[in-house]
Amino acid sequence: MTTPTPQDLIIIGNGMVGHHLVEQLVERGTAAHFRITVFGEERHPAYDRVHLSEYFSGRDAADLALGEADFYPTHDITLRLGEGVSRIDRENREVITDQGRYPYDSLVLATGSYPFVPPIPGAETGQPNRLVYRTLDDLDAIRAAATDARRGVVVGGGLLGLEAANALKSLDLEAHVVEFAPRLMPVQLDDQGGTALREKIEELGVGVHLNRATTEITAGDDYRYRMTFKDGEYLETDLIVFSAGIRPQDTLARECRLEIGERGGIVIDDECRTSDPEIFAIGECALWDNRIFGLVAPGYTMARCAADALSGPFRGPEPAGERFAGADMSTKLKLLGVDVGSIGDAHGTSDGAISYRYSDEATGVYRRLVISGDGKRVIGAVLVGDNDPYDTLMQYAQNGIALPEDPASLILPSVEGAPTLGADALPEGATICSCHNVTKGAISETIDAGACDLGAVKSATKASSGCGGCAALLKSVVDHELEARGVEVDHSICEHFAHTRQELYSIVRVEGIKTFSELIAKHGASSTPSLGSSSAPKLGSSSAPKLGCDICKPAVASILASCFNEPITDAAHVPLQDTNDTFMANMQKNGTYSVVPRIPGGEITPSKLRVLGEVGEKYGLYTKITGGQRVDLFGARLEQLPDIWSELIEAGFETGHAYGKSTRTVKSCVGSTWCRYGVQDSVGMAIYLENRYKGLRSPHKLKFAVSGCTRECAEAQSKDVGVIATENGWNLYVCGNGGMRPRHGELFATDLDDDSLIRTIDRFLMFYVRTADRLQRTSVWRENLEGGLDYLKDVVIDDSLGLGEELESQMRHVIDNYECEWANALGDPEKLKRFRSFVNDARPDPDIIVTEERGQLRPA
Amino acid sequence: MTTATAKDPTMTQTWQPLCTKADLVAHSGVAAWIETPEGPVQVAVFYLPAGPDMPGPPGQATELFAVDHHDPFSDANVIARGIVGDIQGEPVVASPIYKQHFRLADGQCVEDESVRLRCWPLRFEGERVLIDLG
Repeated sequence: MTTPTPQDLIIIGNGMVGHHLVEQLVERGTAAHFRITVFGEERHPAYDRVHLSEYFSGRDAADLALGEADFYPTHDITLRLGEGVSRIDRENREVITDQGRYPYDSLVLATGSYPFVPPIPGAETGQPNRLVYRTLDDLDAIRAAATDARRGVVVGGGLLGLEAANALKSLDLEAHVVEFAPRLMPVQLDDQGGTALREKIEELGVGVHLNRATTEITAGDDYRYRMTFKDGEYLETDLIVFSAGIRPQDTLARECRLEIGERGGIVIDDECRTSDPEIFAIGECALWDNRIFGLVAPGYTMARCAADALSGPFRGPEPAGERFAGADMSTKLKLLGVDVGSIGDAHGTSDGAISYRYSDEATGVYRRLVISGDGKRVIGAVLVGDNDPYDTLMQYAQNGIALPEDPASLILPSVEGAPTLGADALPEGATICSCHNVTKGAISETIDAGACDLGAVKSATKASSGCGGCAALLKSVVDHELEARGVEVDHSICEHFAHTRQELYSIVRVEGIKTFSELIAKHGASSTPSLGSSSAPKLGSSSAPKLGCDICKPAVASILASCFNEPITDAAHVPLQDTNDTFMANMQKNGTYSVVPRIPGGEITPSKLRVLGEVGEKYGLYTKITGGQRVDLFGARLEQLPDIWSELIEAGFETGHAYGKSTRTVKSCVGSTWCRYGVQDSVGMAIYLENRYKGLRSPHKLKFAVSGCTRECAEAQSKDVGVIATENGWNLYVCGNGGMRPRHGELFATDLDDDSLIRTIDRFLMFYVRTADRLQRTSVWRENLEGGLDYLKDVVIDDSLGLGEELESQMRHVIDNYECEWANALGDPEKLKRFRSFVNDARPDPDIIVTEERGQLRPA
Repeated sequence: MTTATAKDPTMTQTWQPLCTKADLVAHSGVAAWIETPEGPVQVAVFYLPAGPDMPGPPGQATELFAVDHHDPFSDANVIARGIVGDIQGEPVVASPIYKQHFRLADGQCVEDESVRLRCWPLRFEGERVLIDLG
């Protein structure tokens, strides 16, 4: 079949689909085998019709253009814009325009569609009472008609009609939509969905008139025109845009006697060939299986099929070219700012289809889920007001993924436990971008081929550059795939261990390893043992023994402390600690430290409060009340810390671990002891909990709170562990967080008695310590926990892993081995040696300079 | 940053006593005060003994390192309080404030080529630690 001289390929139509065909031919290398000429009736090169209404909100023709300006010349393709084809001469294989005759060997019709304007008396072509909404020129005409106009009407309440109404709104017109059917978007939505959409749209100030057939357009009294409806009612307006459906642009095909459908449309086969095998038709002008496809995604699919067919002679028989097999008409879009989504069998017309509906009139959210009669698959959905579930539902529908136990959970508001379909749950073949037919597998291949971020994947696959509806899903898939690639690198805690924190934790537990040196010797990434200085290997050599680093050392220190709770200042442990742990105080920006004694539950006697004041005054410390109901004393120099702590311990204080990744505070309200509303002794419980868990080192800091009643004055729901008193005991909340990424704690168990509460917290905390990543707060840990809150409840409450006893006994060990670190250090002169400004000089660091502000000292 | 030329420890130098071995903290740092011809300097002294309890520094002829105690990024005197470790086998200390790494062998900041701490040679003489102030 290969011919030495290039054949002539003519493409009539330079819309989105025609343009896509050219791109596909270039991509396949087929373009080089043809002399390609493209005719565009419009004066603009192919542009993005999907986002047409943005033409009135800032984007111009150039912004909407598809592809680079030099795309056609670069690939030696002739683009003849503003040159409409008047006739096709099949006998001589020529295309005829008013400028000449052009021979073809192959011909593709991508002529699109035209807006249907119902024959209403009074609607005159070229007048503001007969505008349409399809091309940039149409939009220019609408803009011109809108000058001096106050009100505009769109006839047609479908997808495009509502887009057009949005366009009128952007032109500051009072917009109205007149629809013949009893609801908006009758094709995509059911009655309730239509009603929800109508309410939303009316809220935005757009008038909606349903069940209205326009019978006549005459001159108006208050506005330019009056539209009279069948029922005698009327509506006056300055301009009328018709958007009452599309008709395939099949005139050329009709005139050259290609086969045409009964109600229009050029009949095509699975290769997109018309009744003349040398002529193809793609996009909205084509009729496949007696259906017209008025969306961009099926048009693109047709373009690919035609490109494959045209490429056939220039490539081997394998793989077989893609064949058009119908298309999914699911849509997800924002109409007038309102989310609307429609998937598959939205009306539930399939045999035995079962529907679930969720409606929230307060926020105007409506969701309908349609599942197959056998209860196994999602076959359709309607979404109004919130498209969040769309991607997940679409994946269920497209990939036939088995439904969760309770299908309703797919459309219920996201309460805990609702299954979301993560990127990892999708099969390789799952279509992520249906416009460009990009599967999860293709994304994965692109990443393997070197694409290392979202942008690179997008430009390599074109994913998400069609309708853009898959943007969020694409990102999550790319993130997930990249993460998966990073496994080898990322999961290793650092270059010194090819293990995760969790793995190191279980190694330490199982093997009873008690020092860092033993751990790195047995499990470090470098297998060569220490060689000493005499036979030192070359610098940077891979066999060099490793010291560890500021990532693995503190992480291992934390693991060892969680497991064995030996003093962190012991000789074997102290070199592993961050400076805050080493000196048991919090380093501030000028190298001084802040000191935070423990004040369990925030309860403190006046005399102890006085001691804090005296110590602060004596050492010139800046004092501030913390959010955790204690007192922070700032500005202590290294060498002052032991003296300060001697005085604090003398007065009965203990270290507050404000410096550690460990239990910080248990905040409380005064509870039933004083408060009129309190139902339990929240302070007593807070003090008990704080004393129980003080000294527990964990992957990250732990904050607790106990509230004495449901008023929640202690803000327990923003803590890692939150306890709220009830009439019958305690409600337990877990995994809350304040700070940078606030997260509400989740209700974990209700009406617990004291013992059950403590047992549950013991298990919860130890399970977190065991399984969390380094520096991962409970909130993030929980969000990444596979199985979510239900799984956590299973493990902690129902003991599904049989770990309960073990976790409790591990916690008991930590509690039994508690010792105030400062008291321990003050009893050991070796440990205090480090608290000297200089080993060879007793002077304080002369560079620490302070100034006075609001009666206190601060760094100068 | 000023750059100190690393001295050849075999040459006779102006070695001065700095502190004792007992003042050091194994596998970690302490601060010391020195008077140099250019004025007083705070130095961070690190002691990385090779031994059974902790691997020694790879590829180093010495277990002792002295670099500036002053952290150029935070302008605080804190380097001795950083965590010692290695990057690809080269001993480094991480600033305890903003966590930049400095190579102990030559003071070079790993994250910023233009920043380097000064270094001084150290050696043991019995229980004493000597420093070469040049």
